[in-house]
Amino acid sequence: MISNSLVLPIALPLLGALLVVALPRKMPILGALAALATTGSGLWVTAQTWLQADLGVVLGGWGLPLGIGLAADGLSAAFLAMSSLVGLGTSIYAIGYFAGSERCNHFWPLWFLLWASLNGVFLAADLFNLYVMLELLGLSAAALGALTGSRAAVEANLRYLLVGLLGSITYLLGVALLYAGYGTLDIGLLSERIQPSPLAAGALVLMVVGLALKAALFPMHFWLPPAHANAPAPVSAVLSALVVKTAFYLILRLWLDLFPAELSNAAAAFVLGVLGAGAVLWGSWRALRAERLKLLAAYSTVAQIGYLFLFFPLIQATPAGIARDDLIAACVLMALTHGFAKAGFFLAAGLVQQKAGHDRIDALGGTAQSMPATTFSIALAGSALIGLPPSGSFIAKWVMMRGAFEAGQWWWLIIISTGTLLAAAYIFRVLSRAFGQEPTPQCFLTDARAEIPALLLAFASVALLGLAAGPVWSLLGFQGAPA
Amino acid sequence: MTAAFLYGAAGLLLFALGLWSLLVHEPLLRKLIAFNIMGSGVFHLFIAVAHRSDGSSPDPVPHALVLTGIVVAVSATALALALNSRLEEADAKASSSKTTPSGAPEPNTTARTGLPKPSSNGANRLRWPSR
Repeated sequence: MISNSLVLPIALPLLGALLVVALPRKMPILGALAALATTGSGLWVTAQTWLQADLGVVLGGWGLPLGIGLAADGLSAAFLAMSSLVGLGTSIYAIGYFAGSERCNHFWPLWFLLWASLNGVFLAADLFNLYVMLELLGLSAAALGALTGSRAAVEANLRYLLVGLLGSITYLLGVALLYAGYGTLDIGLLSERIQPSPLAAGALVLMVVGLALKAALFPMHFWLPPAHANAPAPVSAVLSALVVKTAFYLILRLWLDLFPAELSNAAAAFVLGVLGAGAVLWGSWRALRAERLKLLAAYSTVAQIGYLFLFFPLIQATPAGIARDDLIAACVLMALTHGFAKAGFFLAAGLVQQKAGHDRIDALGGTAQSMPATTFSIALAGSALIGLPPSGSFIAKWVMMRGAFEAGQWWWLIIISTGTLLAAAYIFRVLSRAFGQEPTPQCFLTDARAEIPALLLAFASVALLGLAAGPVWSLLGFQGAPA
Repeated sequence: MTAAFLYGAAGLLLFALGLWSLLVHEPLLRKLIAFNIMGSGVFHLFIAVAHRSDGSSPDPVPHALVLTGIVVAVSATALALALNSRLEEADAKASSSKTTPSGAPEPNTTARTGLPKPSSNGANRLRWPSR
């Protein structure tokens, strides 16, 4: 019975998408209700996974090789909780952001489709089902990104669409190879049957390359900054915080659960780590040089994705045990922290852009005085992006550096600390501009409905995930506590 | 066995050809056709996988996967074409405003952002690096 609730986080947003198309006059209210229901169901599944055990259901009464399986373990529950909370915050923000605009009619159905496919990726237990969800995700994300209709946005998202298609068709070729070799698509069954053969190695390379393209791993990140920087603010938030994470989640899932240790070996992990290091350095550098606030946030996403891939060589080099569990949990914590922080950052940047009419960093003077809550959100989210205590990424980076010491791979420490310094530089560059010469304002909040979601998301990245990071460990079923 | 192998190898070859064309050619229409050829290559491989050497009826699962994949490819192509026609509209608007005497000088902005200029036959070009 409880396992059947796995369907809800996918079915409810689909239902919401249909409803807002059928009753466009009630769009904001219906949208808010459907968003609340989706978030509730996502958190319910997370809570059940945490309190009881991993959930699994095979739809339609068919047996496993034929039926479509859904499953939730700690890893998927953690990402599901992120998509639920960030999705809710973005939905509330979007009500105000799109108020009185006809783009509202296009935003809500596409956003619910996107949300359904996000949850679908996190819950699917079957490689082909994952492909369908990834394609649905790519189509709705590209359509949402082009919502402003400007030439730059349409062009950036056309490129994003093609890159996404290339990534998922490459992934599908890997799936076809696996089916040819082992005759099943269910991840659980496949992991029992799979052997370290050239066929499986080819499938691993194809699937990881295809997904890395979708995750914007350096040097395949070229499509991300224009697509994310030109989208409307709520869309940018979702694209950067959630959509990019789905591809990363899937790589982590394949790495940990599917491929045998002979294939996910030190050489493969080292390649991923080097690409991650390139992303950290190049993304942070470009963020530092960016002239626009949203472009800065987009390049910062490239850098933060890089940190996630730095975990792979460390996880590979650490023998199974508490130290390895710590690394995996820290990796998930880093992804979640970035999800909340970047969503808060983009939502706040959108408010700055709406108020000032532009988002040029050099001309942000006085923002701190005219929009104190928004500036505070940017500062909070920024502290999580840098990795200042007590944010979640501080703990994650701490565990990562400890892991690098223990594995004897000291060179990653240089990358991590350089990236952190660069992040501090680009965040403080924004903040130093934001404090201008105007008189201090009367009130902290200037537009409560739009500012509070951004503030809460940024706050969650610092306080919720930092001061209370323990639940991430227990959700993933690990014993150790963060150092 | 050899027949299935030949079909599978042909699928991989189609995939490689499509990949090459998608990466090398700039016009959007060619990229889209290349993507569809890549898709056909993967579907080809799935069909070859479904073949059973003992002569019994083929495995139905890959057939269902191919049908789903075709639907996905068609809708993706449609969305890309729709976005492309938006681009063409925007370009037509920009070029008509350029000819009017009061129109802002456009060429500099295109040169600075490095956006590929629409070619004379109206086909849009898309380069991978996005300077």
